[in-house]
Amino acid sequence: MSRSDVLVDAEWVEAHIDDPKVVIVEVDEDTSAYDKNHIRNAVRIDWKQDLQDPVRRDFVDQAGFEALLSAKGIGNDDTVVLYGGNNNWFASYAYWYFKLYGHEDVKLLDGGRKKWELDSRDLVAAVPERAATGYQAKAQNPDIRAFRDDVVNAIGSLNLVDVRSPDEFSGKLLAPAHLPQEQSQRPGHVPTARNIPWSKSANDDGTFKSDDELKELYEGEGVDLSKDTIAYCRIGERSAHTWFVLHELLGQPNVKNYDGSWTEYGSLVGVPIELGAN
Amino acid sequence: MCGAKAGGPDLAGVDVASETIIQGSVTRDGEPVSGYVRLLDGGGEFTAEVPTSATGQFRFFAAPGTWTLRALVPGATVDRTVVAQQGAAAEVAIAV
Repeated sequence: MSRSDVLVDAEWVEAHIDDPKVVIVEVDEDTSAYDKNHIRNAVRIDWKQDLQDPVRRDFVDQAGFEALLSAKGIGNDDTVVLYGGNNNWFASYAYWYFKLYGHEDVKLLDGGRKKWELDSRDLVAAVPERAATGYQAKAQNPDIRAFRDDVVNAIGSLNLVDVRSPDEFSGKLLAPAHLPQEQSQRPGHVPTARNIPWSKSANDDGTFKSDDELKELYEGEGVDLSKDTIAYCRIGERSAHTWFVLHELLGQPNVKNYDGSWTEYGSLVGVPIELGAN
Repeated sequence: MCGAKAGGPDLAGVDVASETIIQGSVTRDGEPVSGYVRLLDGGGEFTAEVPTSATGQFRFFAAPGTWTLRALVPGATVDRTVVAQQGAAAEVAIAV
Protein backbone atom coordinates (compact mmCIF):
# COMPACT_ATOMS: atom_id res chain seq x y z
CA MET A 1 0.00 0.00 0.00
CA SER A 2 1.32 3.42 -0.83
CA ARG A 3 0.49 6.92 0.34
CA SER A 4 -1.63 7.61 -2.77
CA ASP A 5 -3.88 4.63 -1.92
CA VAL A 6 -4.94 6.15 1.40
CA LEU A 7 -4.44 9.89 1.04
CA VAL A 8 -5.80 12.27 -1.61
CA ASP A 9 -5.40 16.00 -2.12
CA ALA A 10 -7.95 18.67 -2.93
CA GLU A 11 -7.35 18.45 -6.68
CA TRP A 12 -8.20 14.74 -6.58
CA VAL A 13 -11.40 15.45 -4.67
CA GLU A 14 -12.42 18.23 -7.06
CA ALA A 15 -11.82 15.92 -10.03
CA HIS A 16 -13.99 13.18 -8.48
CA ILE A 17 -16.66 15.32 -6.82
CA ASP A 18 -19.39 14.16 -9.23
CA ASP A 19 -18.22 10.55 -9.49
CA PRO A 20 -21.14 8.44 -8.20
CA LYS A 21 -18.72 5.74 -6.98
CA VAL A 22 -16.86 8.23 -4.77
CA VAL A 23 -18.58 9.21 -1.53
CA ILE A 24 -17.16 12.23 0.25
CA VAL A 25 -17.90 12.13 3.98
CA GLU A 26 -17.39 14.91 6.53
CA VAL A 27 -16.76 13.89 10.16
CA ASP A 28 -16.16 16.65 12.70
CA GLU A 29 -15.73 16.99 16.43
CA ASP A 30 -18.10 19.95 16.09
CA THR A 31 -20.93 17.97 14.55
CA SER A 32 -22.73 21.18 13.49
CA ALA A 33 -19.90 22.34 11.19
CA TYR A 34 -21.48 20.42 8.30
CA ASP A 35 -24.73 22.36 8.69
CA LYS A 36 -22.93 25.62 8.01
CA ASN A 37 -21.25 24.35 4.86
CA HIS A 38 -19.27 21.43 3.46
CA ILE A 39 -17.61 20.18 0.30
CA ARG A 40 -20.20 19.80 -2.45
CA ASN A 41 -21.78 16.33 -2.53
CA ALA A 42 -20.34 15.43 0.88
CA VAL A 43 -22.54 13.54 3.32
CA ARG A 44 -22.14 13.77 7.09
CA ILE A 45 -21.35 11.11 9.66
CA ASP A 46 -21.88 12.29 13.22
CA TRP A 47 -19.18 10.63 15.32
CA LYS A 48 -21.33 10.81 18.48
CA GLN A 49 -24.77 9.99 17.20
CA ASP A 50 -23.89 7.61 14.36
CA LEU A 51 -20.77 5.81 15.58
CA GLN A 52 -21.38 5.28 19.33
CA ASP A 53 -23.77 2.84 20.95
CA PRO A 54 -26.51 4.98 22.55
CA VAL A 55 -26.32 3.14 25.89
CA ARG A 56 -23.05 1.25 26.43
CA ARG A 57 -19.63 2.85 26.00
CA ASP A 58 -18.80 1.08 22.75
CA PHE A 59 -19.18 1.32 19.02
CA VAL A 60 -22.34 0.53 17.10
CA ASP A 61 -22.35 -3.18 16.27
CA GLN A 62 -21.92 -4.71 12.84
CA ALA A 63 -25.65 -4.52 12.04
CA GLY A 64 -25.70 -0.90 13.21
CA PHE A 65 -22.78 0.00 10.97
CA GLU A 66 -24.49 -1.72 8.03
CA ALA A 67 -27.68 0.26 8.68
CA LEU A 68 -25.72 3.52 8.94
CA LEU A 69 -23.79 3.09 5.70
CA SER A 70 -26.86 1.82 3.87
CA ALA A 71 -28.82 4.91 4.93
CA LYS A 72 -25.96 7.21 3.90
CA GLY A 73 -25.97 5.65 0.43
CA ILE A 74 -22.52 4.10 0.73
CA GLY A 75 -22.00 0.83 -1.13
CA ASN A 76 -19.40 -1.85 -0.41
CA ASP A 77 -17.51 -1.07 -3.61
CA ASP A 78 -17.61 2.73 -3.23
CA THR A 79 -14.49 4.78 -2.62
CA VAL A 80 -15.02 6.68 0.63
CA VAL A 81 -13.10 9.93 1.10
CA LEU A 82 -13.16 11.23 4.67
CA TYR A 83 -12.35 14.74 5.80
CA GLY A 84 -13.05 16.93 8.79
CA GLY A 85 -11.94 19.70 11.08
CA ASN A 86 -9.32 19.52 13.84
CA ASN A 87 -6.64 18.40 11.40
CA ASN A 88 -8.68 15.31 10.47
CA TRP A 89 -8.79 13.88 14.03
CA PHE A 90 -12.34 12.61 13.73
CA ALA A 91 -11.99 11.82 10.04
CA SER A 92 -9.02 9.61 10.99
CA TYR A 93 -11.14 8.05 13.71
CA ALA A 94 -13.86 7.31 11.12
CA TYR A 95 -11.19 5.95 8.73
CA TRP A 96 -10.00 3.53 11.40
CA TYR A 97 -13.63 2.65 12.19
CA PHE A 98 -14.37 1.93 8.49
CA LYS A 99 -11.30 -0.33 8.44
CA LEU A 100 -12.42 -2.00 11.68
CA TYR A 101 -15.59 -3.08 9.86
CA GLY A 102 -13.67 -4.07 6.74
CA HIS A 103 -14.46 -1.34 4.19
CA GLU A 104 -11.94 -1.83 1.38
CA ASP A 105 -11.44 1.54 -0.25
CA VAL A 106 -11.16 4.44 2.21
CA LYS A 107 -9.04 7.54 1.84
CA LEU A 108 -8.40 10.73 3.80
CA LEU A 109 -8.37 14.20 2.28
CA ASP A 110 -4.92 15.51 3.27
CA GLY A 111 -5.30 18.60 5.44
CA GLY A 112 -9.02 18.06 5.87
CA ARG A 113 -11.47 20.88 6.18
CA LYS A 114 -8.90 23.36 7.46
CA LYS A 115 -6.62 23.25 4.44
CA TRP A 116 -9.65 23.34 2.15
CA GLU A 117 -10.82 26.52 3.92
CA LEU A 118 -7.37 28.12 4.12
CA ASP A 119 -7.05 27.56 0.35
CA SER A 120 -10.42 29.34 -0.05
CA ARG A 121 -12.00 26.42 -1.93
CA ASP A 122 -15.77 26.20 -2.47
CA LEU A 123 -18.06 25.03 0.32
CA VAL A 124 -21.83 24.70 -0.06
CA ALA A 125 -24.86 24.27 2.22
CA ALA A 126 -26.87 21.96 -0.08
CA VAL A 127 -27.22 18.42 1.25
CA PRO A 128 -26.85 15.74 -1.46
CA GLU A 129 -29.31 12.91 -1.89
CA ARG A 130 -27.92 9.42 -2.27
CA ALA A 131 -30.05 6.33 -2.81
CA ALA A 132 -29.94 3.87 0.08
CA THR A 133 -27.77 0.77 -0.33
CA GLY A 134 -27.67 -2.71 1.22
CA TYR A 135 -24.27 -2.39 2.88
CA GLN A 136 -22.65 -5.56 4.23
CA ALA A 137 -20.01 -5.01 6.93
CA LYS A 138 -17.43 -7.55 8.09
CA ALA A 139 -16.95 -8.58 11.71
CA GLN A 140 -14.72 -6.16 13.65
CA ASN A 141 -11.03 -6.68 12.90
CA PRO A 142 -9.42 -7.32 16.31
CA ASP A 143 -5.94 -6.67 14.89
CA ILE A 144 -6.33 -2.89 14.94
CA ARG A 145 -8.25 -2.23 18.18
CA ALA A 146 -6.70 -2.43 21.67
CA PHE A 147 -8.58 -2.85 24.94
CA ARG A 148 -7.51 -1.90 28.46
CA ASP A 149 -5.97 -5.29 29.29
CA ASP A 150 -3.86 -5.09 26.13
CA VAL A 151 -2.52 -1.77 27.38
CA VAL A 152 -1.75 -3.00 30.90
CA ASN A 153 0.02 -6.05 29.41
CA ALA A 154 2.01 -3.84 27.05
CA ILE A 155 3.65 -1.86 29.87
CA GLY A 156 7.39 -2.38 29.62
CA SER A 157 7.15 -4.76 26.67
CA LEU A 158 5.43 -3.24 23.62
CA ASN A 159 5.52 0.29 22.21
CA LEU A 160 2.99 2.52 23.92
CA VAL A 161 2.62 5.83 22.15
CA ASP A 162 0.74 8.58 23.97
CA VAL A 163 -0.17 11.14 21.31
CA ARG A 164 -1.67 13.80 23.57
CA SER A 165 -0.04 17.17 24.10
CA PRO A 166 2.97 17.27 26.47
CA ASP A 167 0.89 18.99 29.17
CA GLU A 168 -1.76 16.26 29.07
CA PHE A 169 0.96 13.57 29.14
CA SER A 170 2.71 15.10 32.15
CA GLY A 171 -0.55 15.54 34.05
CA LYS A 172 -0.76 19.34 33.88
CA LEU A 173 -3.90 19.25 31.71
CA LEU A 174 -6.68 16.62 31.69
CA ALA A 175 -8.15 17.37 28.28
CA PRO A 176 -7.20 19.13 25.06
CA ALA A 177 -7.13 22.84 25.83
CA HIS A 178 -10.20 23.72 23.78
CA LEU A 179 -12.30 21.80 26.32
CA PRO A 180 -13.08 22.53 29.99
CA GLN A 181 -10.60 20.75 32.25
CA GLU A 182 -12.95 19.34 34.87
CA GLN A 183 -12.74 15.54 34.52
CA SER A 184 -13.25 12.58 36.81
CA GLN A 185 -10.14 10.60 35.90
CA ARG A 186 -6.61 10.91 37.26
CA PRO A 187 -4.03 12.86 35.27
CA GLY A 188 -0.84 11.30 33.90
CA HIS A 189 0.09 8.56 31.46
CA VAL A 190 0.64 4.81 31.14
CA PRO A 191 4.11 3.89 32.48
CA THR A 192 6.70 3.33 29.72
CA ALA A 193 4.59 5.20 27.14
CA ARG A 194 6.48 7.62 24.91
CA ASN A 195 4.86 11.01 24.40
CA ILE A 196 4.84 11.69 20.68
CA PRO A 197 2.06 14.24 20.12
CA TRP A 198 -0.03 13.63 16.99
CA SER A 199 0.78 17.22 15.97
CA LYS A 200 4.41 16.31 15.31
CA SER A 201 3.20 14.17 12.40
CA ALA A 202 1.36 17.05 10.72
CA ASN A 203 2.18 20.44 9.27
CA ASP A 204 0.44 23.63 10.43
CA ASP A 205 -2.06 23.32 7.57
CA GLY A 206 -3.05 19.84 8.76
CA THR A 207 -1.35 17.87 5.97
CA PHE A 208 0.76 14.86 6.93
CA LYS A 209 4.53 15.14 6.91
CA SER A 210 6.54 13.07 4.43
CA ASP A 211 7.15 9.37 5.01
CA ASP A 212 10.84 10.02 5.69
CA GLU A 213 10.04 12.73 8.26
CA LEU A 214 7.49 10.46 9.93
CA LYS A 215 9.84 7.50 10.15
CA GLU A 216 12.53 9.71 11.60
CA LEU A 217 10.06 11.13 14.14
CA TYR A 218 9.08 7.78 15.66
CA GLU A 219 12.53 6.20 15.49
CA GLY A 220 14.07 9.38 16.92
CA GLU A 221 11.70 9.12 19.89
CA GLY A 222 12.85 5.58 20.60
CA VAL A 223 9.95 3.64 19.07
CA ASP A 224 11.20 0.28 17.82
CA LEU A 225 8.99 -0.08 14.74
CA SER A 226 9.66 -3.82 14.57
CA LYS A 227 7.65 -4.26 17.79
CA ASP A 228 3.88 -4.13 18.22
CA THR A 229 2.55 -0.67 18.99
CA ILE A 230 -0.51 0.64 20.82
CA ALA A 231 -1.45 4.30 20.37
CA TYR A 232 -3.76 6.15 22.73
CA CYS A 233 -4.93 9.68 23.54
CA ARG A 234 -7.96 10.86 25.52
CA ILE A 235 -10.89 9.28 23.63
CA GLY A 236 -9.16 7.59 20.71
CA GLU A 237 -9.53 10.13 17.91
CA ARG A 238 -6.07 11.72 17.96
CA SER A 239 -4.55 8.26 18.35
CA ALA A 240 -6.54 7.16 15.28
CA HIS A 241 -4.60 9.92 13.48
CA THR A 242 -1.33 8.36 14.68
CA TRP A 243 -2.64 4.87 13.88
CA PHE A 244 -3.21 6.15 10.33
CA VAL A 245 0.38 7.43 10.19
CA LEU A 246 1.96 4.23 11.49
CA HIS A 247 -0.31 1.63 9.92
CA GLU A 248 -1.45 3.24 6.67
CA LEU A 249 1.32 5.67 5.70
CA LEU A 250 4.35 3.84 7.12
CA GLY A 251 2.86 0.38 6.57
CA GLN A 252 3.61 -0.95 10.07
CA PRO A 253 1.57 -4.15 10.41
CA ASN A 254 1.10 -4.43 14.17
CA VAL A 255 -0.42 -1.16 15.32
CA LYS A 256 -3.57 -0.89 17.40
CA ASN A 257 -5.62 2.09 18.49
CA TYR A 258 -6.81 2.06 22.11
CA ASP A 259 -10.09 3.96 21.82
CA GLY A 260 -10.85 3.66 25.54
CA SER A 261 -7.75 5.82 25.93
CA TRP A 262 -7.12 8.08 28.90
CA THR A 263 -10.79 8.57 29.83
CA GLU A 264 -10.89 4.82 30.51
CA TYR A 265 -7.35 4.15 31.72
CA GLY A 266 -7.27 7.19 34.01
CA SER A 267 -10.47 5.95 35.68
CA LEU A 268 -9.37 2.34 36.29
CA VAL A 269 -8.83 1.26 39.88
CA GLY A 270 -5.40 -0.12 40.68
CA VAL A 271 -3.53 0.35 37.41
CA PRO A 272 -0.11 2.05 37.44
CA ILE A 273 0.10 5.70 36.39
CA GLU A 274 3.15 7.86 35.86
CA LEU A 275 3.37 11.65 36.05
CA GLY A 276 5.87 13.98 34.44
CA ALA A 277 7.36 14.58 31.01
CA ASN A 278 9.04 12.05 28.68
CA MET B 1 -21.88 39.62 8.66
CA CYS B 2 -21.94 41.74 11.78
CA GLY B 3 -18.77 43.43 12.98
CA ALA B 4 -16.27 41.89 15.37
CA LYS B 5 -17.12 41.90 19.07
CA ALA B 6 -14.47 43.16 21.42
CA GLY B 7 -12.78 40.37 23.38
CA GLY B 8 -13.54 36.67 23.47
CA PRO B 9 -16.85 34.82 23.73
CA ASP B 10 -19.33 35.49 26.54
CA LEU B 11 -18.27 33.78 29.78
CA ALA B 12 -21.83 33.17 31.01
CA GLY B 13 -22.11 29.57 32.19
CA VAL B 14 -18.33 29.05 32.34
CA ASP B 15 -16.76 28.14 35.69
CA VAL B 16 -14.15 30.89 35.46
CA ALA B 17 -12.87 30.42 39.02
CA SER B 18 -11.66 26.87 38.38
CA GLU B 19 -10.48 27.31 34.78
CA THR B 20 -7.51 29.07 33.20
CA ILE B 21 -9.04 30.73 30.17
CA ILE B 22 -7.37 32.26 27.14
CA GLN B 23 -9.73 33.84 24.65
CA GLY B 24 -10.09 36.67 22.19
CA SER B 25 -10.82 37.49 18.60
CA VAL B 26 -9.15 37.55 15.20
CA THR B 27 -9.82 40.52 12.94
CA ARG B 28 -8.63 42.03 9.69
CA ASP B 29 -9.31 45.77 9.32
CA GLY B 30 -11.69 45.52 12.27
CA GLU B 31 -13.80 42.78 10.70
CA PRO B 32 -13.89 39.20 12.02
CA VAL B 33 -11.85 36.65 10.08
CA SER B 34 -12.78 33.07 9.49
CA GLY B 35 -9.80 30.88 10.34
CA TYR B 36 -8.13 28.89 13.08
CA VAL B 37 -6.25 29.63 16.29
CA ARG B 38 -3.64 27.24 17.69
CA LEU B 39 -2.42 27.20 21.27
CA LEU B 40 1.28 26.34 21.66
CA ASP B 41 2.85 25.57 25.02
CA GLY B 42 6.01 27.09 26.53
CA GLY B 43 8.12 24.73 24.41
CA GLY B 44 6.31 25.73 21.21
CA GLU B 45 4.45 22.40 21.08
CA PHE B 46 0.88 22.24 19.77
CA THR B 47 -1.66 22.00 22.57
CA ALA B 48 -5.00 22.75 20.92
CA GLU B 49 -6.63 24.39 17.94
CA VAL B 50 -10.09 25.86 17.36
CA PRO B 51 -11.86 27.42 14.40
CA THR B 52 -12.88 31.04 14.96
CA SER B 53 -16.59 31.69 15.43
CA ALA B 54 -18.70 33.73 13.00
CA THR B 55 -17.68 36.77 15.04
CA GLY B 56 -13.98 35.87 14.88
CA GLN B 57 -13.80 34.69 18.49
CA PHE B 58 -11.96 31.78 20.13
CA ARG B 59 -11.43 30.28 23.61
CA PHE B 60 -9.05 27.83 25.26
CA PHE B 61 -9.04 26.17 28.68
CA ALA B 62 -5.36 26.03 29.53
CA ALA B 63 -3.17 25.96 32.62
CA PRO B 64 -1.33 28.85 34.30
CA GLY B 65 1.78 29.92 32.41
CA THR B 66 3.05 31.47 29.20
CA TRP B 67 1.51 30.34 25.92
CA THR B 68 1.66 31.30 22.26
CA LEU B 69 -1.45 31.83 20.15
CA ARG B 70 -1.03 31.28 16.41
CA ALA B 71 -3.78 32.57 14.13
CA LEU B 72 -4.01 30.73 10.79
CA VAL B 73 -6.18 32.51 8.23
CA PRO B 74 -6.17 32.46 4.43
CA GLY B 75 -2.91 34.11 3.41
CA ALA B 76 -1.54 34.92 6.87
CA THR B 77 -0.12 33.44 10.08
CA VAL B 78 0.24 35.63 13.19
CA ASP B 79 1.71 34.70 16.61
CA ARG B 80 0.90 36.34 19.96
CA THR B 81 2.32 35.52 23.41
CA VAL B 82 -0.05 35.42 26.37
CA VAL B 83 0.30 34.80 30.10
CA ALA B 84 -2.64 32.91 31.59
CA GLN B 85 -3.74 32.53 35.19
CA GLN B 86 -6.43 30.55 36.91
CA GLY B 87 -9.63 32.38 37.76
CA ALA B 88 -9.40 35.04 35.07
CA ALA B 89 -9.81 35.11 31.32
CA ALA B 90 -6.74 36.37 29.47
CA GLU B 91 -8.12 38.38 26.52
CA VAL B 92 -6.09 38.59 23.32
CA ALA B 93 -7.07 40.63 20.27
CA ILE B 94 -5.25 39.39 17.17
CA ALA B 95 -5.19 41.62 14.09
CA VAL B 96 -3.98 39.90 10.92
